[in-house]
Amino acid sequence: MLEVKNLHANVNGKEILKGINLSVKAGEVHAIMGPNGSGKSTLSSVLVGNPAFEVTEGEVIFNGKNLLELSPEDRSREGIFLSFQYPVEIPGVSMVNFMRAALNEHRKYKGLEPVSATDFLKLMREKRAIVELDNKLASRSVNEGFSGGEKKRNEIFQMAMLEPKLAILDETDSGLDIDALRIVAHGVNLLKTPENAAIVITHYQRLLDYIKPDIVHVLYKGRIVKTAGPELALELEDKGYDWIKKEMGDE
Amino acid sequence: MSDMRAEQQYIDLFAQCEDLVCRHSTPVMNTLRAEALANFERLGFPSARSEEYKYTDVAQAFAPDYGLNINRIAIPVNPYDVFRCDVPNLSTSLYFVVNDTFYDKELPKAHLPEGVYAGGLKVFTERYPEIASKYYGKAASSGKDGIIALNTMLAQDGFVVYVPKNVVVERPIQLVNIFRNDVDTMANRRVLVIMEPHSQAKLLVCDHSIDDVKFLATQVVEIFAEEGAYFDYYDLEESSESTTRFSSVHVKQAASTNVLVNGITLTNGLTRNNYYVELNGEYAESTLCGMSVLDKEQQMDTYSHITHAVPNCTSNELFKNVLNDRAVGVFSGRILVKEGAQKTIAYQTNRNLCATREARMYSKPQLEIYADDVKCSHGMTTGQLDENALFYMQSRGIPRDEARMLLSVAFTSDVIDHVRVEALKDRLHKLVEKRFRGELAKCAGCRICK
Repeated sequence: MLEVKNLHANVNGKEILKGINLSVKAGEVHAIMGPNGSGKSTLSSVLVGNPAFEVTEGEVIFNGKNLLELSPEDRSREGIFLSFQYPVEIPGVSMVNFMRAALNEHRKYKGLEPVSATDFLKLMREKRAIVELDNKLASRSVNEGFSGGEKKRNEIFQMAMLEPKLAILDETDSGLDIDALRIVAHGVNLLKTPENAAIVITHYQRLLDYIKPDIVHVLYKGRIVKTAGPELALELEDKGYDWIKKEMGDE
Repeated sequence: MSDMRAEQQYIDLFAQCEDLVCRHSTPVMNTLRAEALANFERLGFPSARSEEYKYTDVAQAFAPDYGLNINRIAIPVNPYDVFRCDVPNLSTSLYFVVNDTFYDKELPKAHLPEGVYAGGLKVFTERYPEIASKYYGKAASSGKDGIIALNTMLAQDGFVVYVPKNVVVERPIQLVNIFRNDVDTMANRRVLVIMEPHSQAKLLVCDHSIDDVKFLATQVVEIFAEEGAYFDYYDLEESSESTTRFSSVHVKQAASTNVLVNGITLTNGLTRNNYYVELNGEYAESTLCGMSVLDKEQQMDTYSHITHAVPNCTSNELFKNVLNDRAVGVFSGRILVKEGAQKTIAYQTNRNLCATREARMYSKPQLEIYADDVKCSHGMTTGQLDENALFYMQSRGIPRDEARMLLSVAFTSDVIDHVRVEALKDRLHKLVEKRFRGELAKCAGCRICK
């Protein structure tokens, strides 16, 4: 589904990603872990086409398409979804208008008619329930005045609405209490099918207790330095990242 | 006033046509003309060097040769044909002014409570000279502003809303100003609103320019809210790029009144809106807001002056502009809190979006406070659309242009949210969205929108 080859990227002229190789197949859950500043969020930003990041080398193929040539909106419509680490507040744009616009753009891309008002509201109701967001959501502005937990649940709600092929969860666990974490993870697990895939970016093992990864990678200094099964996450939880740094000859 | 050429043609015109002007008007209006002429000769047009008209060249706007319909010749137009598309489903008592003449051919069925007058100014001042002379020209002084003087000198008709004591007019009154002519035309309009104690009404004024010729309007609006009155004034401007408008709205509020003024400009050429609000009785409340969406060479120049003359009044001011291409926006907002006007609450906000490097916004707040127990604030920002929000929307599949449109609509939505008529609010939200989509000029079914 996703093939990342020798990906290099800069932000403000500084090289953050120094040759990432990553292969994700349908039905898989990958966890990307690593200490702060290792490039985890840069990787997710580059994959969704954030213009603040400049790709200097390498390629990304998503379902046969050259991802790096697509606009952010086309990447979304091709089925890539990022659950933002810091979801953006958009005052004055209601969730219902925002979601309807997004959903209809996805439908248009697939050659489908816009969704009817009743079907849309039904869909909103259904998907909202997955992450236990209340019905006032529709009339509220996007993320405005949402608590940290509500923002993250709102991300998963949007994911449920758009049904992406590849979901990237960027530190979705940060700032969540245990109940919110359970709700978010439950939502992600419900949305899991053999046809889609997820990349879970996290600093801690905590989220991986709820979302079981098939493969765990460690990102360090812009490179994937270790790839193994789920047991790697537990080892990291146990020993921290220092042994990785040592192994890399940094300490 | 270095040279008086722009002024001279109007002075000459009045000298030649005074008789006609007066004959097609009424004594209440005529008695103010001599003084208005003297004031106009003395003041002339406001100079571009004066601080208050720094960015709008008034003399230049008035210099071309415009036709005036002093003889009140009927201009062929069926206003009902013209005004079909923009605010449907809004049940109003509907009236028309064509250029500056009240349209009385097919008067709508009156839905007005007894004693309420909504209709032509000429007829009103003829029929009720005692009431009319008590108010006409009393809020807008021709001694202070050359454009008001010119308007007072030449105006022959206009529109009146008169609501007697304790009467509540539920259904909004709608006045549609239609610019229609085959030659460049100037119109001098008046609107007079008299709200007797504890009366309530809402007035929606819509401006349309049908023809492609040049139009120049001077408009003086006087609103008198007597004790306990509740009044809404909505001004929706959808004219044309070749329409220039100088509007001056004067509100006098007595104790415990609540007046909302909301000016929305969606299409125009050059517009100058002056707002003067006087809070003269305690516990009066004023909401003054407005927005404009400008592109190409369009210009919106807003000047406001709110006077807190007595204690315990509240004013809330909000103006927003969205500027594209080479559009120019000006906001100058003055709040005067007079000595002794304690417990005043006065908020002023001006926010602007400049979408291009060429667009210009000039903003100047001015607070003058002579009381020491007040809550006053002002805030001004001019900036671009939030890049993070744009990217967030794109990452959900919304194209950048669509995201820009949604954010622009959102930016102005709080001005529309101040509208206190639900159906109108919904309609305006949709109109603003159409404006941002560039669809406003494409609506089928009426001449305005072709």
